Formats: sequence, C-alpha cells, structure tokens
Amino acid sequence: MSAEAERRAAWRASLAVGLAVSAYGVSFGALAVASGLDIWQACVLSLVMFSGGSQFALIGVLASGGAAAGPAAIAGATLLGLRNGLYAIRVSPIIGPGWAKRLLAGHLTIDESTAVATAQPTLASQRVGFWATGAIIYVGWNLMTLLGAVLGDLLSDVRQFGLDAAAGAAFLGLVWPRLRALQPIAVAVGSAVVAAVLLPALPQGLPVLVAALVAVVVGVPNLFARRDTGEGTA
Amino acid sequence: MTVWQIILLASILVLGIKLLGYLVPPRVLEAPTAARTAELTTVALLSALIVVQTIGAGQGIVIDARLPALAVAAGLFALRVPFILVIIAAAATAAGLRALGWG
Repeated sequence: MSAEAERRAAWRASLAVGLAVSAYGVSFGALAVASGLDIWQACVLSLVMFSGGSQFALIGVLASGGAAAGPAAIAGATLLGLRNGLYAIRVSPIIGPGWAKRLLAGHLTIDESTAVATAQPTLASQRVGFWATGAIIYVGWNLMTLLGAVLGDLLSDVRQFGLDAAAGAAFLGLVWPRLRALQPIAVAVGSAVVAAVLLPALPQGLPVLVAALVAVVVGVPNLFARRDTGEGTA
Repeated sequence: MTVWQIILLASILVLGIKLLGYLVPPRVLEAPTAARTAELTTVALLSALIVVQTIGAGQGIVIDARLPALAVAAGLFALRVPFILVIIAAAATAAGLRALGWG
C-alpha cells in the first residue's frame, strides 16, 4: 500500500470509529441529566474528563447514591481512567516531542484514538489515526452530550438508527487485518471470552481493562508464537 | 461534597492520569517483550470492546439486534467489502431488525 493510500485508510478508520462513538454522547448527556446533573455539569464532564467509561461510571454511582456517594464515584471514574495512562505510554512515541502537542494529545488519549492509531501500519498513518480519531470524537462527543442533555429522555433514537451496532462493527474492522497469525487470534478470542464473562460481574469499563491482561498473559511468555498463517487456527 | 466538587475532582484525576503517561519514557515499551505485549494489547482491547459494544448493557448482557449486525459485518469484512460500507450495512441491519419489531 502506498503512503497516500495508508493515510486515506487511517482517515476512513478514524471517521467510521469517530462518528459511531460520538453518537453515544447523546445517551451520555441524556443519562447524566436523568442521574440528577444539570446540562452544564454533563458538558463539563465531557469537556474535561473526556473518557466515556469513566463518565458513565461517575454518573452511574451518583444516580444511585447521590452526592453522598462522591468518594466512591470519584474512585470508580479514576480507576477506569488508569488504562488511559497505559495508552499514553503506548502512543507517546507516535506523538513525538513538543510539550504543547503532548499536552493536547494527552487530553485526546482514549480507547478509540489509541486503538485506531496503533492499528495503522506506518508512523505517518498512526499520527493521522490518533489525531483524526481524537479530534472527531472530542468535537462529536461534546456536541452530542449537549444535544442529549437538552433532549433529555429522547435517547432511543440512537438505537432506532442502529448506531449502537455500528460501533461494534467499527472495532471489528480494526482488529480484522491483525488476525493473520495464531498469536493475535488466540489473544482476540481469549479477551473476547474474558470480557463476555466479566460483563455481568464487574462495573462498566472494568471488563475491557481486565480482558486487556490477556495480552500480557500471552505476550510476556510469547505463547502461540508460530509464524505461519491460516493453518489450524481457531 | 457538592456535585460540582465531585465532577471537577474526578475530571482532573482522569485527565491527570492521561498526562502522566506522557512523562514515562517510551523506552519502557521498547524491549521485544514489551513491544509484542503492547501490540497484543491493541488486539485484546479491540476484541473486548467488540464484545462490550455488541452484547453489553450497562453492567450486564443483552442479546439484541447488535449481534446479527456484527455477524453481517464479519461476513462483509471476510468478503473484503470497504470499511465504511460495512459500518453502514451493520447499522442498517440493526435498524431494520428493530423496525420489524425485534431487538
């Protein structure tokens, strides 16, 4: 693939993931208001915290426990935000030097910008993937949060148009080209199973964090490291 | 604590964790084991997110129109259909099933 084609591919992935994920901002805004926050509090969360899992965790605890549950709400959101610190180490070489650029990149370091960036084949296309995905989601997520908070309980529209299904398909498209050897396939299957099993057991956001440990379990001892492709794979 | 204090403190902590990661030397991930594990982390993360997005419902599991939509997407990716078209087809599948009254 030429460098230009790789950049275009990074843009397409950014747009698909960015638009699908941004749509969820509507449900966050609506749920935040339903949890007792006002419109501005919902918007400040999306503007400053800007990490979907942590935001949903915070309003989830506040909805059931009110302001008295503040410490638990803060702890839950912070715990879920820890993975962003790992993403920051991962994408730091992609961003390169310059404190202002790194400060801005830090704010945009989330699941999706990291996933799209690291799924690209070259440094140039990784940069496109990170900044395009981060910027699209930042603008989209905040606009949709405001819209959702204003519209309140009209969030069923997101589902009516199938946008919730689009997000899963977008992630599938990102992982698909990486499944050419046994090792990543084993990790993909393993983490999917772990996430599914933990979904009912752990608070929102944690299943993804624990499932990511499958990469450590397989990667550190270098299990399933056969190089050939497509033969006898799961 | 007031709701505003909770919101501001939690937001600053979550943002601070992101910024702290940029102060850790990238060399930490340069060793072969670290690099391999970091690559596999992307695969694990994406796979877990697919599951959460497809059958997750808050803290729990719901099987609905998202699952057949994901199956349609998998079939189209296997046929090398372009990314954007697959996403649209997946959304249309879920929207269509719901219009018919399922999921």
